[in-house]
Amino acid sequence: MVDKLNDDIGEEKRLQLWEMMLKLRLVEKKAYDLFLQNLIKGTSHLALGQEAIAGAFGVALKQGDYTFCTYRGHAHTLARGSSIEGVLGELMGRQCGLMKGKGGSMHLTDVDKGVMGSYAIIGAHLTIANGTALASKYNKTNEVSVCFFGDGTTNIGAFHEALNMAKIWNLPIVFVCENNLYMEYTPINEVTAVEHPAADRAGAYDLDKIIVDGNDADEMLRTAEKAISKAREGKGPSLIEAKTYRHSGHSRADPGKYRPDEEVKDWMENKDPIKNYRAKLLDFNINEKIISEIEEKIKDQVEKATEISMASPIPEIKEIYTDVWANGGSEWHN
Amino acid sequence: MAQLTYRASVSLAIAQSMRKDQKVFFIGEDVGAAGGVFKATVGLLEEFGKERVMDAPISEQAILGAAMGAAMTGLRPIAEIMFSDFLAVCWDIVANQIAKTRYMSDGQINIPLVIRTANGGGSKFGAQHSQSLENWSMMIPGLKVVAPSCPSDVLGLMDSAVKDPDPVIFYEHKSLYAFKEEIEQTDISIPIGEANTLHEGKDITIIGLALMAQRAKEAALILKDKHDINAKVIDLRSLVPLDLQTIKKSVIETGHVLTVEENPRLCGWGAEISSLISEHCFKNLKGPVTRVTTPHVPLPSADILEDNTIPSVELIVNEVIKKLKGE
Repeated sequence: MVDKLNDDIGEEKRLQLWEMMLKLRLVEKKAYDLFLQNLIKGTSHLALGQEAIAGAFGVALKQGDYTFCTYRGHAHTLARGSSIEGVLGELMGRQCGLMKGKGGSMHLTDVDKGVMGSYAIIGAHLTIANGTALASKYNKTNEVSVCFFGDGTTNIGAFHEALNMAKIWNLPIVFVCENNLYMEYTPINEVTAVEHPAADRAGAYDLDKIIVDGNDADEMLRTAEKAISKAREGKGPSLIEAKTYRHSGHSRADPGKYRPDEEVKDWMENKDPIKNYRAKLLDFNINEKIISEIEEKIKDQVEKATEISMASPIPEIKEIYTDVWANGGSEWHN
Repeated sequence: MAQLTYRASVSLAIAQSMRKDQKVFFIGEDVGAAGGVFKATVGLLEEFGKERVMDAPISEQAILGAAMGAAMTGLRPIAEIMFSDFLAVCWDIVANQIAKTRYMSDGQINIPLVIRTANGGGSKFGAQHSQSLENWSMMIPGLKVVAPSCPSDVLGLMDSAVKDPDPVIFYEHKSLYAFKEEIEQTDISIPIGEANTLHEGKDITIIGLALMAQRAKEAALILKDKHDINAKVIDLRSLVPLDLQTIKKSVIETGHVLTVEENPRLCGWGAEISSLISEHCFKNLKGPVTRVTTPHVPLPSADILEDNTIPSVELIVNEVIKKLKGE
């Protein structure tokens, strides 16, 4: 039952969250379709099923805040307001892509939106996110840095180095572990000493143990807002473990067959963050017409962005030699 | 005019950069209160305080990650990796992140940082605290690689490295920390990518870097005094960018080339120089390019073993004589 009288979130923000999550879902679905049409090459890691986490932070963060995500980062990039054609165009290797085809699916970057990169080597970006947080502290400005990563990251050294440094220097940063129960193809609990791979390690760095249902968008939003406020007020870092599940396999090459059918079915049918949030919006007496209008609007945006991406030219070959150095070139001798 | 050690020039160079630009800060292990394990950063904490001179835990990935992230926002960090050998534990941050992020982001992100590190042998520290690793970083697109051979070069190249909009790895040679030089002007700038001539000559071109450049110079003095051989000694000062024009000009004059490298033989920087010379100056060569390197072994520790592993002045002299006189 929903408590309409004591609603701390409100219709406006809920609809914002709905629109955000829906956008993340529909763009990922479109990315999948474009793969099947062979219009997207290389690999790609979809965040289908995990939209509530990136979506909630997208709503909670302010312009100027910094975000860092992994190779599973389409959703986190879109959540900061990057254009859909910028993301799909990059996946398709077109000039309209965020990095004009130089980075690809695993490295989406949009500095104007605070998207400080998507990182494809596990663990590294936790340490780098400390750096933007350190800069905010050094400059005495109040941006917050947020770093998203998966459960598998909790077993690499950089995770531990980064948490320790964030704590000793009281950095304005939020670490968000999206525990989707699988480290690539392996159940995370088979390869981790503790039950909650991030939260159970928090105490080692004098951080609170925070576990949240990552598929409950409202809870995710509350948790995000609290941690962001704490960081912005100079009260230091947080580590959040959000329990979630990916609807697809690890990457394009993976059908995800190692997961029990019953488990997949349960998460898809009963714990889908988008399906459940739609029901919740109705529980809060939000007009279904408004909900549907947003759905139509997003569908339309995704289709238009797809058309723009497909019409966008491929990069010029000379781009290979640009932007190694700040002078725009790649020369290494005179 | 003051006499300055290489060691003192490091802390002075950092201090000068920090005085000029509030965006510059310094981070590393034991660099503040302890003044650095090589005492190359003494006095910085006292002058600039804890906010700008940060003692970090033994977390090389976290140190370089923090420096990188700060640089992405426009700050200009100087990060110390105590021994260059330790770059191996944070090589992901160096080679995958710092080096490639500008390119992958299509130029959205600049990373103006300096990684300074104590490099090279001569201290009998054994195989994991003595390596010469310039070639590791040279082969990664996106990294500038600097290795000064004297106090004035430390001052001038550090100034340029800190101002450079791209990441620079600054290899300080451990065996040069005590090296002294008379210096008139300390606040100087030397462009990265300009080689320096340490000794003039037209019989042979000897190309070196850091300690090997200084040994090549000593060898050139002996060759001139005792063997009537005039060697031109080129101190590259940086491997990336590389001053190919200075090399070419000298090779065209001498026709004989010797590179002197401290690293083990395989894929050392001299191999690339040799390849460039054969591409650009083949017709000018009077014989093959000779590479003097450490043999392809890890560095041993005992005096006699280490001393006979790293190229010595005597070895350089003998190799030149062998090359020019067939002796």
